[in-house]
Amino acid sequence: MRRRLIPVNVVIAALLFILLSLDPDQTKPPKAVMDRGKVIYDKECLSCHQADGLGVQGMNPPLAKTKWVLGPKKQMIHIVLKGFSDPIEINGESFENPMPPHHHLNDQEISDVLTYVRNSFGNNAKPITPAEVKKVRAAIAKGK
Amino acid sequence: MKTFSSIVTLVVLATTPFLTTCAGDLAKKPIGDTTINIHSSKDDEGLTLPSGFSSIVVAENLGSVRHIAVNSNGDIYAKLAKLKDGNGILELKGGNTSNIIGFGNYPGTGIAIKNGYLYASSNSAVYRYKLDGNNQVINPDKPETLVKDLTDRRQHNSKSITLDNAGNIYVNIGAPSNSCQVEDRAVGSKGQDPCPILAYAGGIWQFKADKPDQTISDGVHYASGIRNTVGLDWNSAVNELYVMQHGRDDLHRMFDQYYTVKDNAEIPAEEFLLVNKGDNFGWPYCYFDPKLDKKMLAPEYGGDGKIQGRCADIKKPLVAFPAHLAPNALLFYTGDQFPEKYKNGAFIAFHGSWNRAPEPQAGFFVAFVPMKDGKPNGNWEIFAEGFAGGNDKKASGRVDYRPCGLAQGPDGSLYISDDRKGNIWKITYQK
Ligand code: HEC
Repeated sequence: MRRRLIPVNVVIAALLFILLSLDPDQTKPPKAVMDRGKVIYDKECLSCHQADGLGVQGMNPPLAKTKWVLGPKKQMIHIVLKGFSDPIEINGESFENPMPPHHHLNDQEISDVLTYVRNSFGNNAKPITPAEVKKVRAAIAKGK
Repeated sequence: MKTFSSIVTLVVLATTPFLTTCAGDLAKKPIGDTTINIHSSKDDEGLTLPSGFSSIVVAENLGSVRHIAVNSNGDIYAKLAKLKDGNGILELKGGNTSNIIGFGNYPGTGIAIKNGYLYASSNSAVYRYKLDGNNQVINPDKPETLVKDLTDRRQHNSKSITLDNAGNIYVNIGAPSNSCQVEDRAVGSKGQDPCPILAYAGGIWQFKADKPDQTISDGVHYASGIRNTVGLDWNSAVNELYVMQHGRDDLHRMFDQYYTVKDNAEIPAEEFLLVNKGDNFGWPYCYFDPKLDKKMLAPEYGGDGKIQGRCADIKKPLVAFPAHLAPNALLFYTGDQFPEKYKNGAFIAFHGSWNRAPEPQAGFFVAFVPMKDGKPNGNWEIFAEGFAGGNDKKASGRVDYRPCGLAQGPDGSLYISDDRKGNIWKITYQK
């Protein structure tokens, strides 16, 4: 009998590696959520933040790896539900436009679009759930 | 739409022969102006201009240069949107960068020279500085405050200025709003009717050019219903005020039941307006649809893209420019250097769009409108192009340079400023 040329453990490791590299980003949210999120993004956010999420000079900020997009979920939900016009700076640039409130979107829609943004344009952050949106919406209703 | 876009196409096609014989080789010719001694590497790339015109870069990287003014001795004054070393105004002595002086500790847009004074604006006030016999600012740290306490809520806060020949200064007070909704730009938020903003913004106010400490209530409410104006100029050929209105945004995002993505990108025109005292141009209730050639009722006020309603009697623009291009400067050319066709015509600097997305962004050029007796006398055309830095940058809206200011030099040259990096170009003509 011929001796095996490659040890079993190496074969298993190689197989595992191939399997993993087929799906390198294990944290990516389900495709259905991303698809729904993209539809909402294109309708509600794209005209300001642009199709590539990189914004427009001096007018609308990028959504790529900013501290608001990757930061605390509550803060991001708050910005999108209630709107936002505090002067901010990203790479030395500030933005003339205000960010309008989006309370016309329901909890599911907000969670889908925010999850989409947090996992597009080079971002990789945990999904946001409808329950989390609901909490922030209730807090805003109480004047917070 | 067909007619509108075919007009634009025609204009572009008609000007293409000029555009292709551009500044490249012409820029290398000596330019008959000894005040310019800066030679930039940009000379060879140049701007794309009609034949006979050439451009040189007289200054680079000055900061966010909004409007500019050139004095009779060739000194260039540049107003900055962001302070640079604590200064909001730069004076380029002799029109070049060898001797630059900074003063004015406020950011802003407006700057103008008239009858021995330099006028400049912050985002909430207008100042002036007396010039001495050598055209130098006498007291750079102590300007006279002419107008104060104007609305500044960041959005549309440029207080652009122009002066007439009767001692008045005109100030744009832009509406801090897109269409006067209860919640600005929010889907489903109603338009306020009447719009309370119109009492203190969304129009042009006239003030005395020599009276200190005026507030809005001391001014004459010269014209209303103008959403925002950054470019305005007094046309001395006919003694009238002309302004460029920035048209409204987001017809599709907020009203997709009436407007497609393309409608949003192409309908709400940028308007070239002749402004007579007491005029009302209809904002926020109306916008101009160049395809229908009509002022239309805004959807926040019951419009659906087809109803004209209360907008039927509103004065139309002299020229409707493509939507969202952001006309940031207007200048009536009174010099003798350029060919006859340009005399008393209007140059307009387009800062470039953002609200056309997902359609490609557009603008980033200087246009020309031939004028006779204060009225357009032929189609508008692109005069200077090449600011964006290529088609990809242009389409993305993230460009190299954004034309923002225009000024005429004492020899009839045209100056163009950019608020992205802070370049200033000088355009000259030689047969
Ligand atoms: C009318 C234009 C507009 C629309 C529509 C809009 N935004 Fe914004 N957004 C802005 C502007 C302008 C700012 C910055 C405001 C400021 O400077 O205070 C901003 C800020 C933000 C921020 C925080 C800053 C950053 O860049 O990370 C987030 C997150 C954000 N927007 C997400 C969204 C999402 C998600 C949507 C769609 C549901 C959306 N925006 C729709 C204009 C808009």
